[in-house]
Amino acid sequence: MSQSLVVDTSEAAVGPARPVDPGTGTSPGPGRRVEARRVLRFLLRRPGLLASVLVVVLVVLASFWPGLFTSRDPLKGVSSQNFRSPSSEHWFGTDELGRDLFSRVVHGAQLSLKATLIAVAVAFVVGGLLGLVAGFVGRWVDDVLMRFVDVLLSIPALFLSLALVTALGYGTVKVAVAVGIASVAGFARVARSEVLRVRQAVFVEASRSCGARWYSVLGRHVLPNAAGPVVVLATLELGTAILAVSALSFLGYGAPPPAPEWGTLISDGRNYLGNAWWLTALPGLVIAATVLATNRIARALDGEWSRQR
Amino acid sequence: MSRYVIKRLAQAVGVLWAAYTVSFLVLDFLPGDPVSAMAGAGADSAEIDPAQLAALRHQYGFDKPVLVQYADYLGRAVRGDFGDSVSTGRAVTATLTDALPQTLQLTGAALLLAVVIGGGLAVLATYTRQRWLRQLLLSLPPLGVSVPTFWVGLVLVEAFSFRLRWFPAFGNDGLRGLVLPAVTLAVPTGALVAQVLAKSLLTALDQAYVETARAKGAGRWRIHLRHALRNASLPALTVVGLLVGQLIAGAVVVETVFSRDGLGRVTAAAVTAQDIPLVQGVVVFGALIFVLSNLIVDLVYPLLDPRIVVASSRKASFA
Amino acid sequence: MTGPVTNESRTGEDVTTALLEIRGLSVSYDTRGGPVPAVRGVDLDVRPGEVTAVVGESGSGKSTTAHAIIRLLAANGRIDAGTIRFGRHDLTTLSEAELRTVRGAQIGLVPQDPSVSLNPVKRVGEQVAEVLRIHGLATRRTAPSEAIAVLGQAGLPDPATCARQYPHELSGGMRQRALIAVAIAAKPKLIIADEPTSALDVTVQRVILDQLQHLTEEYGTTVLLVTHDLGVAADRAQRVVVMSQGQVVETGPTRAILEDPQHAYTRQLLASAPSLTTARPAATVSTSTADTATAPLVEVRNAVKEFRLPRAAGESRTLRAVDDVSFTLHRGQTLALVGESGSGKSTTARLVLRLTDPTAGRVLFDGADVTTARGAGARQLRRRAQLVYQNPYASLDPRFSIGEVITEPLRAFKVGDRRSRLDRARELLDRVALPASTLDRRPAELSGGQRQRVAIARALALSPDLVVCDEPVSALDVSVQAQVLDLLAELQADTGVAYLFISHDLAVVRQIAHQVAVMRSGRIVEAGTVEELFTHPGHEYTRELLAAIPGGRHASPAAEPTTT
Repeated sequence: MSQSLVVDTSEAAVGPARPVDPGTGTSPGPGRRVEARRVLRFLLRRPGLLASVLVVVLVVLASFWPGLFTSRDPLKGVSSQNFRSPSSEHWFGTDELGRDLFSRVVHGAQLSLKATLIAVAVAFVVGGLLGLVAGFVGRWVDDVLMRFVDVLLSIPALFLSLALVTALGYGTVKVAVAVGIASVAGFARVARSEVLRVRQAVFVEASRSCGARWYSVLGRHVLPNAAGPVVVLATLELGTAILAVSALSFLGYGAPPPAPEWGTLISDGRNYLGNAWWLTALPGLVIAATVLATNRIARALDGEWSRQR
Repeated sequence: MSRYVIKRLAQAVGVLWAAYTVSFLVLDFLPGDPVSAMAGAGADSAEIDPAQLAALRHQYGFDKPVLVQYADYLGRAVRGDFGDSVSTGRAVTATLTDALPQTLQLTGAALLLAVVIGGGLAVLATYTRQRWLRQLLLSLPPLGVSVPTFWVGLVLVEAFSFRLRWFPAFGNDGLRGLVLPAVTLAVPTGALVAQVLAKSLLTALDQAYVETARAKGAGRWRIHLRHALRNASLPALTVVGLLVGQLIAGAVVVETVFSRDGLGRVTAAAVTAQDIPLVQGVVVFGALIFVLSNLIVDLVYPLLDPRIVVASSRKASFA
Repeated sequence: MTGPVTNESRTGEDVTTALLEIRGLSVSYDTRGGPVPAVRGVDLDVRPGEVTAVVGESGSGKSTTAHAIIRLLAANGRIDAGTIRFGRHDLTTLSEAELRTVRGAQIGLVPQDPSVSLNPVKRVGEQVAEVLRIHGLATRRTAPSEAIAVLGQAGLPDPATCARQYPHELSGGMRQRALIAVAIAAKPKLIIADEPTSALDVTVQRVILDQLQHLTEEYGTTVLLVTHDLGVAADRAQRVVVMSQGQVVETGPTRAILEDPQHAYTRQLLASAPSLTTARPAATVSTSTADTATAPLVEVRNAVKEFRLPRAAGESRTLRAVDDVSFTLHRGQTLALVGESGSGKSTTARLVLRLTDPTAGRVLFDGADVTTARGAGARQLRRRAQLVYQNPYASLDPRFSIGEVITEPLRAFKVGDRRSRLDRARELLDRVALPASTLDRRPAELSGGQRQRVAIARALALSPDLVVCDEPVSALDVSVQAQVLDLLAELQADTGVAYLFISHDLAVVRQIAHQVAVMRSGRIVEAGTVEELFTHPGHEYTRELLAAIPGGRHASPAAEPTTT
């Protein structure tokens, strides 16, 4: 009963307040359009960032719909057309079996992207949780978890990945998991320090002192404010993971031979360095461009984030 | 000072022990049966004689409870014995120490290049007033960390060995053979050093004490080197300590690319052969080098940053 | 010290040529949204041998003006127009190399924050010697001993030891003296002191200002003193320049400005400066001496709080932040805890709010012992006792809208539904004199004073019995300070809320409090009513604090002789 009364009075109160609102433009429609235009202007002022976004979009498209870019089969070659250098017909040239390299790179995007996403997801979820728990609970839990993280950090990432590959075996997914676990420590560190920073912020104590319970402090204050740098790290980690996965598949622990994973492509092309430079150079450029693009986006996120603070 | 050293040493030993334990857990625990993996790696055929398996199991002590195994292995590892390689039969420790000098040469050269070039780039980029030069220099480090190391190596080989024929493409012969691998390994490391140093230089140049120095009438170069660089080198030093471990790991890829003998080749071969004792030795060895380099950084740090000095040594510095 | 200047006419420029003559100075900063003017057409004269104070609130352009003189603007700052004549030179036209011979040698700078203005990795002596070396005033061999001599001149007690120390080993006051040494080392004609004491405790502040004044008297150095505190200017300067929004609004001899301000802004500044307004009616503080017969709202008995310090040199030590503190606070009253940094006043407040546990002693709230209250008991206390923080920039979640900020306590205690909470928020905003449209805005869009109003509104949302105000106005400009203090007093009169008011500033306390307790090193050294304490301070330390209030020399010279 009292409930309805309250609603009534507030309705009345909202009424006269309305006319003020449109001026501030809080209705969702125009707001979102303004936001989109703002993002567009932000991008147009930064051609490098725009190019980076474009590269990432292309890679994502290639991994889901490779047919958009090429109709050639990445696995079937015409042996009479082997070792063709890049031309309008074969943009990236052909390999020793006469397979179209461009088509192999495009189809390889899927494997590489999958591995990268798995690696980042493992690192983000496991590391983020470790850091969150350590930072929020504190005391001995923090000590134990962080000592463990210190140990993980003391083993060079590639060695840890190699040990895991030795234990788990070869294959794209296993390599991805190994790369992800090797990055857990970094995420745990950043997540913890962010949670600690926010937890010690005055506004969190203010919230606690006005009676908010711990879960609402965690959900409403700590997580939203601590998430930014962790998301930035995840974006950066995309690049790192692409590099690590390609290095492991270059060493021969990734997908088995006919599969066109990016690192494997370069590893295969290595045997023809003297007579077919494109077999190593061009897939490498694609990897570099992708990593550069994700790093540039991470930097933009980072910049925007720090300006927001 | 001695208290500080002892504390750091104890921490280092603790980390090493824990690293050993982690590698034990990962390698001897994760794959349900390491022996069949090892036996499978040793023999080509999939068919393995069960009796042979049991013998192997006994030889490596896998028939004992896990904790007993762990204690056995740890006890031997403390004495520097990581067992014998499954694929070659040689002692792991001997295999690693034989391969070490080549790799130290490579990583040492790469570290030197990285610090000199990366550091110089950072100083120049933050000092210059030419906008275009600054932009150009600052755009190099992000590029350096984005290219795959093995690809850089292959491109260098393509250009300088096959086309220009300046440096050998493969092998361990002398200083000439060291150039391309060292440059390859220095690219990502130098890029990181440059990024960190440039960032901390810019931070330092923004500090109030720089304004004090400017108000004294100090010139830009003096401010840059005597005030900003001194402060900015502290975070960069920490990064260098962390990078040594990454350099050793990077040697795995670079040595494979250039077919150089060394720790990295041994590692790659061990992983391929699923040679568990050898891989374990490498992991602990990597941790050892990481811990040692950070120990050195920790010991050098107080010399550069007076704020770190612990109470007991403070009196000594006044005397 | 004000002797020869007082009789001068305020408009007539006298014949003695100024050491520094600024004409039509305009400075702007480049920002994303285009250039933002910071200083617009400023004229300013500094006469030799005098202290000239530039007074203004934050954003008035006073600091920018000071830095523009030696062209030490931030990278995006630019002098658009004007001349700065110093001796024979126009500083605006000098090359960077020529400027370097002026900086340090002829014009010294005492910066704002001593804690960050010395290079942390260099010995203090080296940093002083550097000035002498740069300007070729000492050789490598003579520089160290000369640096020690200069440190001695700057008033450091043991200059030889200090010279060998690193900045972090010195206290704030000593660092500021080391910076004064840097500024005076080359015996410059002019010293620019940019808020030299605003980061220091009041008693230290006084010593530093004495030191600066001593230098002008001893060596005839000219000082341009930039300050936000009209009281400091009144005490130390012969001439005052008042700035507001990038322009000089009034200039003249100190006494004339204080006694007969011409510009409305100067009058407003004078009216709100707490230190100068001894006659200012104590806001609207309800004078009703609450019936002390009734049970007190808060009672603290022999509270002790110890912190364990990080182990240094082997043995573990503890710091007694609060040492046997007892006091009572009645409903509708204001008790002020006054002390310098590290006196334990904030820790005491946190004990009352149960944000930290006392090591010993008891805390009673409305008769109930809450010393060890947990769970429901503690939550009940949270509902009736709220906190307003010092820094309004940090105490509001940047991601929340103002509506969310204010309704957070209501939501935490499940008071009403969304609509009714928003209504309450609107009502509270109205109470703290903010428009209802503020509800949808973010903290970043508000000024410091507006944010503090929001924080007060949040504290009042649950109609608490007690609000603890931890230095609520010390981060605000004086004119805003006065408004917030008035607001607090008004709210108390309306709602009967009790305040536990933490402050380092006795002048502020005088306007708002009924009772005052002076704290030092964790102990209450003296307590009493405001009138008692200000007219008959019993404790030595209280007298020292009172004497350190800037502006005291001008307004009430009687307070002066009690110390030394």
